[in-house]
Amino acid sequence: MGLEQFKNRNVGTQNYKTLDLDHTPVTGMGQFKQVVSRTFKPELFVGLWVTFREMINALFRGKMHTTQYPFEKLPISPRYRAIHEMLRLLESGHYRCIGCGLCEKICISNCITMDTRYDENQRKEVSEYTINFGRCIFCGYCAEVCPELAIVHGPRYETASEQRASFSLFEDMLTPIDKLNLQQEYQGFGAVSPNADENIKKTPLAY
Amino acid sequence: MDATHLPEVTAAGVIIKAVLILAVVSAIAGFGTYIERKILAFMQRRYGPQHVGPYGLLQLIADGIKLFTKEDIIPQHANKIIFAVAPVITAATAFIALAAVPVFPDFTIPFIDVYVPSIASDINIGILFVLGMMAAGLYGPLLAGMAQANKWGIIGSARTAIQFLSYEVVTGLSILAPIMMVGSLSFVDFNDYQADGTWLVVYQPVAFILFLIAGFAETNRTPFDLLEHEAEVISGYVTEYSGMRWGLFFIGEYANMITIGVIASVVFLGGYNDFWIIPGWLMIIGKIAFSFFFMLWVRAAWPHVRPDQLMWLCWKVLMPLAVINVVITGIVIMLAQ
Repeated sequence: MGLEQFKNRNVGTQNYKTLDLDHTPVTGMGQFKQVVSRTFKPELFVGLWVTFREMINALFRGKMHTTQYPFEKLPISPRYRAIHEMLRLLESGHYRCIGCGLCEKICISNCITMDTRYDENQRKEVSEYTINFGRCIFCGYCAEVCPELAIVHGPRYETASEQRASFSLFEDMLTPIDKLNLQQEYQGFGAVSPNADENIKKTPLAY
Repeated sequence: MDATHLPEVTAAGVIIKAVLILAVVSAIAGFGTYIERKILAFMQRRYGPQHVGPYGLLQLIADGIKLFTKEDIIPQHANKIIFAVAPVITAATAFIALAAVPVFPDFTIPFIDVYVPSIASDINIGILFVLGMMAAGLYGPLLAGMAQANKWGIIGSARTAIQFLSYEVVTGLSILAPIMMVGSLSFVDFNDYQADGTWLVVYQPVAFILFLIAGFAETNRTPFDLLEHEAEVISGYVTEYSGMRWGLFFIGEYANMITIGVIASVVFLGGYNDFWIIPGWLMIIGKIAFSFFFMLWVRAAWPHVRPDQLMWLCWKVLMPLAVINVVITGIVIMLAQ
């Protein structure tokens, strides 16, 4: 789909169609003629046909418009900021976080708490990492500042639970090791939705 | 009918048929709400009810439980007796009207050889009785709206009066022309008149269309859905109703839809005569089902009119057309003799 037709925003250069609107009849004879012409025009049947066609479309041509939400989900935009996810390195399966503490520092609502220590190889190891989702405003600075793309915002937007703590531990946010091959790389800020092409609609200027 | 038919079991037969009509029609009326929600949903490319039971079929049981268990509120300043009686008028008259309407061909019950005419009582003023009963049903909304001490109810009942005065003339005049042709007011005679396979709608297309339009007004269906149009008058005459009293109004409305479907089928669309190889009982079920579907279809497609537009339409357009139709029919019948 080319974008040329959307980029032409010069009003007045398109071919407009003027609607042929009748004037309101003033005389009795004019009103009578209007009634007769409206009575015998098949406009009412056009309406019936449209609804019937939509029923056929919905039932037999798979154009049902409903998304049955808890069972079906629409793809979510990559720039959506939902519950955080901690990603793993694809090769080793080790978590990417290097314990630099930048996310903790930049967090404007002070909701990230982390603690690190040196392991036996003198590498930094994250011993404790929690996000207080009662405070988090989902601003996305932590994901933006992370040098290793370790903390990102995932697509998990259903955040109703009995305990806030259900989401907030490091292990809960970390990609499960057996689902490493399903781990989605962060597309980056400004990335478009996977179904962006389908969602493009003509703006009125392009008609 | 063949000569071997046995005498009808009179008293018991009538009671059995009355109970059957009551049971079957109220079941269909309940089921009609499900059908309506499904069809309207499909026409808007939605699914409609689908979680209660397979394909949402048990939705009407859920609705029934809800209606029966809701609190029955009678407002403080309402006229309590009239408020309580009004829904019963609507529902009762809708069912009484069905007493004089034949639905199936006469048949003989196998094994016990009982001959059954498929009509509760074949009275010789059938059409007048049915139309009169359906018109009397309008007392339900009228009294309900006035009894409930609510301004929306008052507006609803005023609209009931307007609508009643408008369409009833058209109903009577439009059906007068077929009555002149058949020469009888009994539905059975109408059916037998069309036994040769030529439907009356062929001779009386104008009367058929007028009757359909008036029928929509009679059953408060959408183009003339003035009495309880939510966007304008909250719920009109049912504003203060709740629970099963509210449900009775709608059982009455759906029963009326079925009655209009039966009348249109028997009077204009060939009744329960056999058609080619299709047996008569299947034909009339198909016709009633189509007319029911048509009412839902129209509801999905067309906007509704204002009260003044309804009066304008009925008095200035439909009534003259009906009168002209009656006069022309009379002249043709006179010349044909």
